[in-house]
Amino acid sequence: MNYLLKNIENPNSFDVREYEKAGGYRSLKKAVEMEPAAIIAEVKKSGLRGRGGAGFPTGMKWTFANADPKFPKYLICNADEGEPGTFKDRPILEKNPHLLIEGMVISGHALRAEYGYIYLRGEYPDARDILNRAIKQAYEKGYLGDNVMGKGLKFHLTVHLGAGAYICGEETALIESLEGKRGQPRIKPPFPVNVGAFSMPTIVNNVETFSNIPCIMEIGPEAYSKIGSPDCPGPKLYCISGHVEKPGVYELPMGTTLREIIYTHCGGIKGGKSLKAVIPGGISTPVLPPSNIDCPMDFVSMPKHGSMLGSGAVMVFDETVCLVKVCLRALKFFEHESCGKCTPCREGTGWLRSILSRIEDGKGEKEDIDTLLDVSGNIVGKTFCPLGDGAGSVVINFIKHFRPEFEEHIEKKGCKYKK
Amino acid sequence: MLSDKTIEEVEALKRRYPDPRGAILPSLYIAQREFGWLSPEAFEAVSIVLGVPKAHLRGVASFYAMYRHKPVGRHLIQLCTNVSCMIFGAEDLVSLLKNRYGAEVGGTSPDGRFSLVIMECIGACEAAPAMLVNEDFHNNLTENNITEILEKYK
Repeated sequence: MNYLLKNIENPNSFDVREYEKAGGYRSLKKAVEMEPAAIIAEVKKSGLRGRGGAGFPTGMKWTFANADPKFPKYLICNADEGEPGTFKDRPILEKNPHLLIEGMVISGHALRAEYGYIYLRGEYPDARDILNRAIKQAYEKGYLGDNVMGKGLKFHLTVHLGAGAYICGEETALIESLEGKRGQPRIKPPFPVNVGAFSMPTIVNNVETFSNIPCIMEIGPEAYSKIGSPDCPGPKLYCISGHVEKPGVYELPMGTTLREIIYTHCGGIKGGKSLKAVIPGGISTPVLPPSNIDCPMDFVSMPKHGSMLGSGAVMVFDETVCLVKVCLRALKFFEHESCGKCTPCREGTGWLRSILSRIEDGKGEKEDIDTLLDVSGNIVGKTFCPLGDGAGSVVINFIKHFRPEFEEHIEKKGCKYKK
Repeated sequence: MLSDKTIEEVEALKRRYPDPRGAILPSLYIAQREFGWLSPEAFEAVSIVLGVPKAHLRGVASFYAMYRHKPVGRHLIQLCTNVSCMIFGAEDLVSLLKNRYGAEVGGTSPDGRFSLVIMECIGACEAAPAMLVNEDFHNNLTENNITEILEKYK
């Protein structure tokens, strides 16, 4: 049973009439009859955790924002999915935009917010057009506007296009960007639930998180909490790329094991080759060797198996891939995307990239591996936002699991995988 | 200067935010569309409509990868070389674009036809390697099909 990707085989699934035919906006009809506090209580009871990467309990976040007496409050959808390997929100944005809109209107009612923004990454021009058309339809149908469903509720929604900055996926950087500034993270506290966009209480939730709200309303929090892992329930979108037979976005119960995702749903390793490594949750999450793939893919279990769920972006590498090169490409990314605010990240990512580049080119020295670990250790935990932590821990974990490959590059003065 | 119609578009955007500065990012996109790149005239025009100093606008624009700080060719190729695209040969495509069209990374082919920008993941990893040409997605690229695809962009 699909909730998030329901009806997407329908070529017109993005149209409001098709969405209504498939049962859409029924949850909103139910929600407008409810007291805001009752909706928050249901979300809390459902056990929903934010799908953006950190896995923070959504009901708790909403309770904090609700407790703040300041108005107006703002609602922001984080549709800036820039974590390399991640494309899970794209099918919702492009094929099921009304699910997101419905989720946001319900959330707006629950939080007594009258203005919502969808911060969409600039790299998704199709999603921009589809969302804008869907929003126009929702206004025409009375799902958005000054009198939502004729109930006197006000909710307005605007698509705000980002401009190619990974860091704007971090919620405080996103808020800065929405306010028309450079996207540099703010120091916390205060948290956005108290001081967010335009200095007012603000809820930032991921596309997939908002898209779970109509489902909770429809089937009720008890039934919802029985889907997937007990500690973090619900349907989950996993997006798989790299060397598998059938890459793509899969909606599965939260906590499906990595092995089941790769071998059952994605048809195993491409061309019958053998598995060498997996990055389970987007490039910032620690790489895993094949011996660790029996882990349930949820926010609670993954740290026990040495990684994180992150965005659920699984990148699969077969035996032909040079992992030093993967690590180097990851660090080029972090160097490029570091916002420059914190010295350890700004300087450290450049040094890591430069040393990895030397190793890949066969000019590495024996001490380089220790230097990599030293520099990484001096970034992790010493920056404002998790970008630095990601960069450092990527290097630490590649070396932890695949140290012989780094040593071989240094000893043999080059990369044996090069064509 | 921006056309009257564009000024109206920016004014409408301003009303979507409690502070007109919220309209800075979208307005810069609009100016880029109108002027082709963020020229001094483009900054001047946005500064007047939004009432925001040019220095602030430049500071903002220089932070983001998708604003153009110099003129670009007739078609903009945004090619992803991040990990999922890299393992399926994206780097070979970079070489091909340079050798066949003379489009260097961050530059424009001598005939002004293509500008090339390397992207950090465009969310098309299931069909890697991938690129955007202007606003069109092209997936599952190979050294053979990329030249066929680019034939459509004169």
